[in-house]
Amino acid sequence: MAEFTHPRTRIARPANDGPLAIEVQDLNLWYGKFQALFEVDLQIKSGIVTALIGPSGCGKSTLLRSCNRINERLGYVTTTGMIRVLGHDIYAPEASRIQVRRQVGMVFQRPNPLPLPIRDNVLFGYRLHHAGRSSRGEEDALVESALREVLLWDRVKDRLHQKATTLSLEEQQKLCIARLLPTKPTVLLMDEPCSALDPAATAAVEDLIWDLRGNYSILIVTHNMAQARRASDECVFMLMGRVVEHSATEDMFVAPQRRETSDYIEGRFG
Amino acid sequence: MTTIDPMFVATPLEKRNHTIQQLVRTLLLAVALLLVVPALLILGVLVVEGAPGLSWSFLVDPPRSNGAAGGIGLPLLGTLWLTAGALLLALPLGVAAAIYLSEYARDNWLTRTINVAIVNLAGVPSIVHALFGVGAFVHFLHFGKSILAASCTLAVMTLPVVIVATRESLQAVPKAFREACWSMGATRWQTIWRVVLPNSGSGILTGLILCVCRAVGETAPIMFTGAVFLRSMAPQSVFDKTMALSLHLFNVSTQLTDVPHHLPFSVALVLIIVVLALNGTAIAFRMRLRGRKKW
Repeated sequence: MAEFTHPRTRIARPANDGPLAIEVQDLNLWYGKFQALFEVDLQIKSGIVTALIGPSGCGKSTLLRSCNRINERLGYVTTTGMIRVLGHDIYAPEASRIQVRRQVGMVFQRPNPLPLPIRDNVLFGYRLHHAGRSSRGEEDALVESALREVLLWDRVKDRLHQKATTLSLEEQQKLCIARLLPTKPTVLLMDEPCSALDPAATAAVEDLIWDLRGNYSILIVTHNMAQARRASDECVFMLMGRVVEHSATEDMFVAPQRRETSDYIEGRFG
Repeated sequence: MTTIDPMFVATPLEKRNHTIQQLVRTLLLAVALLLVVPALLILGVLVVEGAPGLSWSFLVDPPRSNGAAGGIGLPLLGTLWLTAGALLLALPLGVAAAIYLSEYARDNWLTRTINVAIVNLAGVPSIVHALFGVGAFVHFLHFGKSILAASCTLAVMTLPVVIVATRESLQAVPKAFREACWSMGATRWQTIWRVVLPNSGSGILTGLILCVCRAVGETAPIMFTGAVFLRSMAPQSVFDKTMALSLHLFNVSTQLTDVPHHLPFSVALVLIIVVLALNGTAIAFRMRLRGRKKW
């Protein structure tokens, strides 16, 4: 376990290469009359892991859920401002939320595989976006590459027709990541993806997230300071619906700029 | 050595509380057992009095002497027609309404109106449904007095149960599944079709069971809309009138005088067996569905 308690080696990445993964501008969000986000401005770089931290109710999940428009399901949500993914406004009138969700995958707090065979889980998203059936061989290839990418292939290749709900929680969460991959997303949103897992499984999923970095831009909400510290490149600290501080993870944990940030990461409130 | 004050001995207050608790428990158990008595008595009396009259020819032969003799072939057949008709109408309509209410409807005046309508529909006495059926189906839609009109009436009557049972079962599908689908870009309908419906089959079957129970047993809604006391022919189409078990039972037990003693009991026994058999099938099916379910 020692290897997980140290910050992972960060390969220095050139700053600002290519478009920003997510760009949030002056975002305000209300649940009914309650305002949950205030004037959020945020720039999430491509190909790195960015952690959203902050106390419960600070709006980090809300912000995350705005990025693939899943919040809209609630019906009583009002949003102003702009969110761009790869330079494109996802709330533009011509933007289809189906396409947004295809580009911006989401992993939830509790693993939520569908009550279907493992194979059908992996292909679920892909089939939604492809009219007609693909050939068996094509689907097999997709399943294998997605499961290999999440380091699950060797463990489940002989039981692809078993229900996904029979897997362990760790395997379920990895499967939930795998099923996003066949639609070739660019951004992965993760809402406390390890909070339902035990320490060993947490480490395994963190490792996986770290492996996926580079190919995908990852935005992860976490309550776990140690996790934010060891498994993210940049950190965003939120409080009461506002972004307080956004900096490289080393900087935030070594030399936070704001008083609230240092109070929170040192555990003086939370 | 052991003269330490006893520590864990019950106080008088505690003893009294314990006595009261025992009393209440016995009382509640007695009341619960009381419920079993009528069920057993009904079934017992029917079996004892009615079973001797049962035979294959009783089940298939047509009634003779206005129903005072012969079998119950035609009423039995008629009941199956009426029940099947009611099911075919109520199940798709009820499931569709339940899907809308559970998956699409937001909490607004329209949804509240629909919900109030369902509750009220469930509370309408069956004789009022019968009169509605006469007005709406027999006359206004010109179905005449027919199986179709009677089935429609039964369907309207059973719709609320089907809707409520189905809606409950849809709501029981975890929200996490829906979120998983939506977050992958599934539309609501794709979510319903691929994930929600396949996992709520058992609840829909519950709706079906309740629908069958009412459709088989009700007398009032069918007696003005399609069922007759006596008819010498099996129905050929849904526009025919038909005999029905429940009405036949009413007939042989209250309208005729020279009926053999066992006859009404035998008819009632068959009526109950039909309900139990249809339900049993659905319940067995539902248990298989539930056994497969795991989350």
